[in-house]
Amino acid sequence: MTHVLDPDALAGGEPTVGGPAGTPPDPFADVTRSDAAFRAFLHGLPGVDAVGAQQRTAVLGTRSIKTTAKAWAIDTAISMVDLTTLEGSDTPGKVRSLAAKARRPDPEDPSCPTVAAVCVYGDLADVAKEALAGTGIKVAAVATAFPSGRASRAVKLADVRDAVANGADEIDMVIDRGAFLAGRYLDVFEEIVAVKEACGPAHLKVILETGELVTLDNARRASWLAMLAGGDFIKTSTGKISPAATLPVCLVMLEAVRDFRAATGRQVGVKPAGGIKTTKDAVKHLVLINETVGSDWLSPDWFRLGASSLLNDLLLQRQKLRTGHYSGPDHVSVD
Amino acid sequence: MTSLFEYAPALESRSIVDLRPSYGLFVDGEFTEGTGTPLKTLNPATEEVLSEVATASDADVDRAVRAARRAFVKTWGPMRPADRGKYLFRIARLLQERAREFAVLETLDNGKPIRESRDVDVPLAAAHFFYHAGWADKLEHAGLGSAPRPLGVAGQVIPWNFPLMMLAWKIAPALATGNTVVLKPAETTPLTALLFAEVCQQADLPPGVVNIVTGAGETGRAVISHPDVDKVAFTGSTEVGRSIARTVAGTHKRLTLELGGKAANIVFDDAPVDQAVEGIVRGIFFNQGHVCCAGSRLLVQESVHDEVVAALQRRIGTLRVGDPLDKNTDLGAINSAPQLERIRELVDAGDAEGAHRWQPDGDLPARGYWFKPTVFTGVSSAHRIARDEVFGPVLSVLTFRTPDEAVAKANNSTYGLSAGVWSEKGSRILSITSKLRAGVVWANTFNEFDPTSPFGGYKQSGYGREGGRQGLAAYLQEDNR
Repeated sequence: MTHVLDPDALAGGEPTVGGPAGTPPDPFADVTRSDAAFRAFLHGLPGVDAVGAQQRTAVLGTRSIKTTAKAWAIDTAISMVDLTTLEGSDTPGKVRSLAAKARRPDPEDPSCPTVAAVCVYGDLADVAKEALAGTGIKVAAVATAFPSGRASRAVKLADVRDAVANGADEIDMVIDRGAFLAGRYLDVFEEIVAVKEACGPAHLKVILETGELVTLDNARRASWLAMLAGGDFIKTSTGKISPAATLPVCLVMLEAVRDFRAATGRQVGVKPAGGIKTTKDAVKHLVLINETVGSDWLSPDWFRLGASSLLNDLLLQRQKLRTGHYSGPDHVSVD
Repeated sequence: MTSLFEYAPALESRSIVDLRPSYGLFVDGEFTEGTGTPLKTLNPATEEVLSEVATASDADVDRAVRAARRAFVKTWGPMRPADRGKYLFRIARLLQERAREFAVLETLDNGKPIRESRDVDVPLAAAHFFYHAGWADKLEHAGLGSAPRPLGVAGQVIPWNFPLMMLAWKIAPALATGNTVVLKPAETTPLTALLFAEVCQQADLPPGVVNIVTGAGETGRAVISHPDVDKVAFTGSTEVGRSIARTVAGTHKRLTLELGGKAANIVFDDAPVDQAVEGIVRGIFFNQGHVCCAGSRLLVQESVHDEVVAALQRRIGTLRVGDPLDKNTDLGAINSAPQLERIRELVDAGDAEGAHRWQPDGDLPARGYWFKPTVFTGVSSAHRIARDEVFGPVLSVLTFRTPDEAVAKANNSTYGLSAGVWSEKGSRILSITSKLRAGVVWANTFNEFDPTSPFGGYKQSGYGREGGRQGLAAYLQEDNR
């Protein structure tokens, strides 16, 4: 048996949530006073050594999660899934089927936890909302000209308001990667602030699309930018670009939320999305949280897994643990 | 608060290892009794006796050296170089095939986490054999003349920190260059060397090419002072290295020594902080700090000292300690009671000299030899913990203000084995690394090993190089006939 030397090593105090819109929390209130000041701040964040980040996630990837730990991890992962369908061919029927799956992931086992949310395009949010009424499962809608984000701000904000009016509890927005890569950080910041305002009571997840930002330095800067602008969650990817969620990117984002809370007291959630297909992938992410930011993030309030096919693999592994043998793909529902 | 996510025990099975109640010497291709008083070897994580191991007397060592000489003259020396390479490739493959067995045995005998023996020690040992197997028939391209010749019989004495890996670093280049060997493993960790002897049998290596003689210091002395040994290679403490140099002085023997270290790990204010913290942890807590090239002196730029130390302490708190056979263990047992005593003595000296000691909360296992990861801050260059090699999980933190001061402090050591530099500025890395008097310098990483890269030290860290083309020179004489 092995144990952690200091179980409280990563624990933080009670986090504060929210703050006045448009102003970064102290001690960073003035870093967005000008383009130059904001650029200096973001470029002054410590760099990320990509080889080192990969090495760290590779070592954590060797953690051996078995028996009781595996059972806990699978149930926790299921409860963190944002069950997603984002296709041009989505229909009310498809969304209702997905909602049914979200409510009762394993039809043969009522003890199986429900997922955290169902994630759809904004125009189908009302269908999901109705299908999930009374379950506590959130409706997340992508908005702001998802996935490219290439539209005027007015259109993006209208998209957000539309999705919220349609019943979305959570908005998954995309940042303007073009502006970010061109160095117009303040534009990106202001757009997130405006979207946050348009969200009203809805939670805001900010998609960085790290596959287009490419470097881990950019992933760290974009994470800080999104947190300073008031995002409730930072999310890796749209799922439409490869690579999507990778462990090094997720590590850098977790380090960012950890450091941000240490500095401001404000806790921000993390959502890797895209490319997480197997139970092994999901467990690796939970290990990454556990050893980078600790238990404070080990709940669906602070960590989500954006995925679709992942859920069925989690269910198969869950059945395997309970029955001792693998069942076939026909023992989980097709949606 | 306890963690929500408790990892269940994930023990590597020890049933893969067939531990015998007693082991003999491996001489002339066969296991034979030793005539000295046998030693017991322990599992340092539990203090359980694993096995009894023979001690080679002077007469036994003499028998081994004669066998090595015979093999050198009759079989191994005259053999076609390509055929020698075949044997080395075969040994390398067998090490890979039996990797789990070697890893479990190494962890049992040494106390290191199975994750390290499985992912570092054993793969690197196999890699050294593969690398040198390739050299066997290409030695005329090693830059040592058109027909470099082997020296003869190599007497090799290795330490307990990386038993199998050090064996590979010694035996692979010796055999590839046409020498035969008599190797003495450390008295606390002889078992993987004896399992390696089985691999030699399995590979049909001609008798006498590799001889393993176990025992303590006396046996080691017999190996290095034997008159028919042509080459002495030693890895271990500077103290013993010095006495070996005295013994060998004035003889025909060639000598390489890989001794202690007190490496500076230099962190600049523009370093990638999270990765630097990982590198610091890897530098000093890898293998419980039982690493001659451990980054035991952290030189951190004063402007980021508090931030780096806080991040380091947070990270150390997440280390997992316990049964070395658990696949999730990060920190294993101290190898022996005497080593634990030495660590305690130096840590007490750190306290007494006024450095500030920090250790994480939490318990260590009740049985076995254990020591908490320890960080001393407020250390000055004059403190013993900044000068003496602790060879344990103890880090001394010093500060610097300018690059010149960093170099001056880093080089202010009687050792010169390794060093590390952390900075996101490429030009600074190039400038600093060229000024460091250390045999191995890592940039934005630490404790990376590769058979293609020569390893060795300056000053009291010894002389000669192991690995790479340079490492071959220690086992060859130039000949341009």
